[in-house]
Amino acid sequence: MRQYFGRKLLVYALTFVVAVTVNWMIPRFMPGDPVAGMLARTGVSQPAAVEAMRVYYTDLFGFDRPLWEQYANFWATLLRGDFGISIWLFPTPVSTVILRAVPYTLALMIPAVLLSWWAGNRLGAYAARRRLLDNTVLPVGYVLTAMPYMWLAVLLAWGLGVVAGWFPVAGGYAFSLRPALTGEFLLSLVHHWVLPFLSLFLVALGGWAIGMRNMIIYELESDYATYLAALGAPAKLIRRYAFRNAVLPQITGLALQLGVLVAGALVTEIVFSYPGLGSLILKAIQNQDFFLLQGTFMFIVIGVLVANFVIDLVYVVVDPRTRAGMAGAQA
Amino acid sequence: MTTTPLAEGRAETRVVRREALHFAVRNGKLVTGFGLVLVLLLLGVLGPLLLGVTAPNEYVAAPMLPPSAEHWLGTTTFGQDVFTQFVYGLRTTFAAGALGGGIAAVIAMVVGFVAGYRGGLVDEVLNMLTNIVLVIPTLAVLLIINAYLGIRSVAVQALFIGLTSWPWAARAIRAQTFSLRGRDFVDLARLSGLTTPRIIAREIAPNMSSYLFMTFILLFGGSVLIASSLDFIGLGPTEGVSLGLMLQNATQWSALQLGLWWWFVPPGLAITAIVGALYVANVGLDEVFNPKLRTT
Repeated sequence: MRQYFGRKLLVYALTFVVAVTVNWMIPRFMPGDPVAGMLARTGVSQPAAVEAMRVYYTDLFGFDRPLWEQYANFWATLLRGDFGISIWLFPTPVSTVILRAVPYTLALMIPAVLLSWWAGNRLGAYAARRRLLDNTVLPVGYVLTAMPYMWLAVLLAWGLGVVAGWFPVAGGYAFSLRPALTGEFLLSLVHHWVLPFLSLFLVALGGWAIGMRNMIIYELESDYATYLAALGAPAKLIRRYAFRNAVLPQITGLALQLGVLVAGALVTEIVFSYPGLGSLILKAIQNQDFFLLQGTFMFIVIGVLVANFVIDLVYVVVDPRTRAGMAGAQA
Repeated sequence: MTTTPLAEGRAETRVVRREALHFAVRNGKLVTGFGLVLVLLLLGVLGPLLLGVTAPNEYVAAPMLPPSAEHWLGTTTFGQDVFTQFVYGLRTTFAAGALGGGIAAVIAMVVGFVAGYRGGLVDEVLNMLTNIVLVIPTLAVLLIINAYLGIRSVAVQALFIGLTSWPWAARAIRAQTFSLRGRDFVDLARLSGLTTPRIIAREIAPNMSSYLFMTFILLFGGSVLIASSLDFIGLGPTEGVSLGLMLQNATQWSALQLGLWWWFVPPGLAITAIVGALYVANVGLDEVFNPKLRTT
């Protein structure tokens, strides 16, 4: 088990280093002068503000210093939690802007990831033993996984939002309200949450259902299942064993899919102008706010790493082999 | 002496191939999936030629016309013909998928084969690299790179998609190579003094060609999806039109609120159809190559 975690932690640490390095390299090795470019693009007209920004950028990038020193400084500021200052919302620090958006993204992601995984596995397991259900779950599952997240979001917004008028299609809460802990605000929050959640949930659901169905069929055909059946074990018991075995790869799959799900959440937020990280990224791109872009990137990387680590912990609890130290190198 | 088993192996693969073809044309999933992709591909390739000189972003008619005989998919809020855009967009989307998927497949094959065949320290290092790229949320990397690039083309976009989407495929190829490495015919090839690249290209790769083909199909579908996401965020090619760009324009110019469903339904439907058909064809291929899965 120590070896298993040792390897995992090494990969996570290296991933973090690579991500930070990529983040550092991009403005330095892309063509053009980033400071002049950024100042030109900001559209800030007050000379005092422009001068403040110029001093700030030059200091932050430290282009006059040797490369290794720039790299070390980048790490130092990053580890202090300093992502720089947003250009779009000058002079708010990037970390403040991001922390304001994160709760919305988490409120969307965590239920969507967990519920789609749970429901998809259930559905797949049922489909594996009922012919009728299988004939509907499988095609629907393929259509759902093949759908781009944003298109399903667009369809839901159009169908349930514009045409039916049941749900609002933009924002995280009604425009007339200000964030506060009142019943009215919370209700509005939930009302705006439904459609983006639904689009994330549905696309992810299809993939899990198909994966689980295939896995269960594979397990039910394996030696231990035939052996149990030959011994006269009830079908229910065999199915329970098959389910337990089939769930393990699905947990690994969850870790692998996480990056895709994050991407899905980002584009879904953009469709619904949901005030999370996705909309923030769009604003950052439109306003050429590279500090904000880099900050959100670091935040997403950290989030994915933490989530992966949690999945690893769950895996150890569920799979006794990892505890015994037999497996580990592969996962 | 060494030539006999190799020659036999060749003859055997030819028989296997003929058999695969036999089952392929009888597999409904495979035929339907590839058929659908082929129809859309032909539409994308031939459509622009048949439509003549009209550029996809030209203003050709009154704005917001519903589908009619003259404008098959209606017009946009600017009076652009949606069908023309759709046909040109298909082309771009296929190009992004094929290029991105191809680049990813090549990287995955190089990394997977080398790691699986050489083993030891090389494997250790490559495996670590694979795991790192696997964990990084690639869309976020693509966002930053694309945002910094001034001029964006389909080729550049596909290159970056390819560079970031290979890890799972590399891992799968590595596992397959690992199991083939210890077989007799590979040992024989090694004893007869063939170099590593040759053994991989002549002995190992042909034995998993079906698997490699299926991997490429999945990478192709994945690239189509990533490319359309990037286009949708506004980081698509700066010139021309793609299905993702159409979706972006439609939502940006309130096609939803104005009820211009003909503007945003076809492009999304086409992306779903391409990717879904590829997935279904892949299941069909699996049944063709794996006798265990054949039902009839």
